[in-house]
Amino acid sequence: MNLTAMDPTTVQYLTDGAYIIAIGLFILSLKWLSSPATARRGVLVGEIGAALAVLATFTNPDFVHYRWVLIALLAGAMVGIPLGLVQMTAVPQRTALSHAFGALAAALIGISEYYLHLHELSKFQVVEISMEVIIGSLSFTGSLIAAGKLQEWLPQRPIVYKGQNYVSFTVLGAAVLAALVLMFNPTAPFVFPAMVVISLLFGVMLVTPIGGADMPTVIALLNSYVGLTAALLGFVLNSKVLVVAGALDGSSGFILAVVMCKAMNRSFTNVLFGAFGQLQVSAQAVQEDRNVHTATPEEAAAILSASNTVLVVPGYGMAVAQAQHKVREMLDVLLKKGVDVKFGIHPVAGRMPGHMNVLLAEADVPYDRLIEMDQANSEMPQTDVALVIGANDVTNPAAKTDQGSPIYGMPIIEVDHARTVMVIKRSLNPGFAGIDNPLYYEDKTLMLFGDAKAFVSGIVKELQGGGE
Amino acid sequence: MPQGFIENLYVFVLAGFLGFEVIRRVSPLLHTPLMALTNALDAIVVVAAIIIAARPGNTLSEVLGAIAVFAAFSNMVGGFLITDRMLRMFKLSGRKKS
Repeated sequence: MNLTAMDPTTVQYLTDGAYIIAIGLFILSLKWLSSPATARRGVLVGEIGAALAVLATFTNPDFVHYRWVLIALLAGAMVGIPLGLVQMTAVPQRTALSHAFGALAAALIGISEYYLHLHELSKFQVVEISMEVIIGSLSFTGSLIAAGKLQEWLPQRPIVYKGQNYVSFTVLGAAVLAALVLMFNPTAPFVFPAMVVISLLFGVMLVTPIGGADMPTVIALLNSYVGLTAALLGFVLNSKVLVVAGALDGSSGFILAVVMCKAMNRSFTNVLFGAFGQLQVSAQAVQEDRNVHTATPEEAAAILSASNTVLVVPGYGMAVAQAQHKVREMLDVLLKKGVDVKFGIHPVAGRMPGHMNVLLAEADVPYDRLIEMDQANSEMPQTDVALVIGANDVTNPAAKTDQGSPIYGMPIIEVDHARTVMVIKRSLNPGFAGIDNPLYYEDKTLMLFGDAKAFVSGIVKELQGGGE
Repeated sequence: MPQGFIENLYVFVLAGFLGFEVIRRVSPLLHTPLMALTNALDAIVVVAAIIIAARPGNTLSEVLGAIAVFAAFSNMVGGFLITDRMLRMFKLSGRKKS
């Protein structure tokens, strides 16, 4: 079939048809993702839709330069494949990086549209392009900063200074002002590049003050910005396939961000501008000498094997210590001994939505053993041992009792309602947000001090030795 | 206000609602794969990038277009790949790993 010989209108119809099918397949793809049983089929139809759309695009009779496109596609695949094969513990930073790539692509297309049609743009189109480029640019640098924090190339602590929010808003205001200038004078020299630079700067300023523990919300919000950018680009280019894909991505990010905020009992504004984690000074002042009970791996193993029901509550600490495989070994031994073990997953445990589920799945923990916060709490009174591994704030009873606590009102996994609580932790230092946890000083709590991976392997060794 | 804008707005609003209804049903268990998959789907901007880079234009649009093709396509390839890798790991009890 010689496509160049075909009537341009026919080609246009064929391309549009392919795009419509692709959109349908994308929606089906997300629908099938709702359950683990059909999810992989969902990925397959998504791939078919994307491939169809890309191939259909190449039938465009106007194309003249194929070489650079093909080289760019090849280079994209060469970078994309390793990024698709990263370790599961690196998934949060990989996700942030891919948000950066998505935002970069959309912003660059907007910039190129501006310069290509500089003299024929209507006021309305200038506004569309400016909005698209502002959001795309700030999502690009914001996501890069988020990725840097998650990879720990940048400090995870919030970096704050006095009057920060005023400075940030002034910068954003300057970008909007530039867009207004362009509306009345689209060809004003240097205003467009200045707007891009200011937006890039705002992205950095937006994410730098946000601490590591707030990353699940930030990643989800950036996800929705990237979707919004793609949808806006669809408006600029009058491309329905981009509008739909952007709207889907944007609503997904938005839903996740709402879920994360609810799970922390905080608002978007509070996450973005509240600079959580500055409170360590006041919190540490409260600390005094209180008694804690400690236990050795031997004692912990004895208690675990004597219990009927165990609930493991994992957190970011488990990911940092790479303890998930040892935890799975512990699960196997305990199941063999007839102990019923489940995992209670707090929505904001870890560094991105669903982080703990993926890590445990990687370690071959069956997903029917993973339960959500509400179910974990309803089963808690019948639970013999709640074993907290590398989680802190999400189990802090101060969230329910202490009105002065910065996390007051946040839903928690109520491990203090279990008969015995064991907490694996490096030391008594307050966790990331610097908030004191009264759980550690309760009589029913045993502190298991040490590295999560080493401690769990100690327990496993003991369980295997003592049981046979 | 241009006609195209209104049409696109209809599409945007409908797709947003549809996305909201479909994605709301995704179990929290799969929130990480969800984010990876929507990322890969969003990488469909690669088609716009290809058009910008391949059609007659100026050097700037060709260069920016090619960089955009690279960024978007790496998301597409990597996004689908990692989503499938993650989903393969989710197993029920009693099923031995292959």
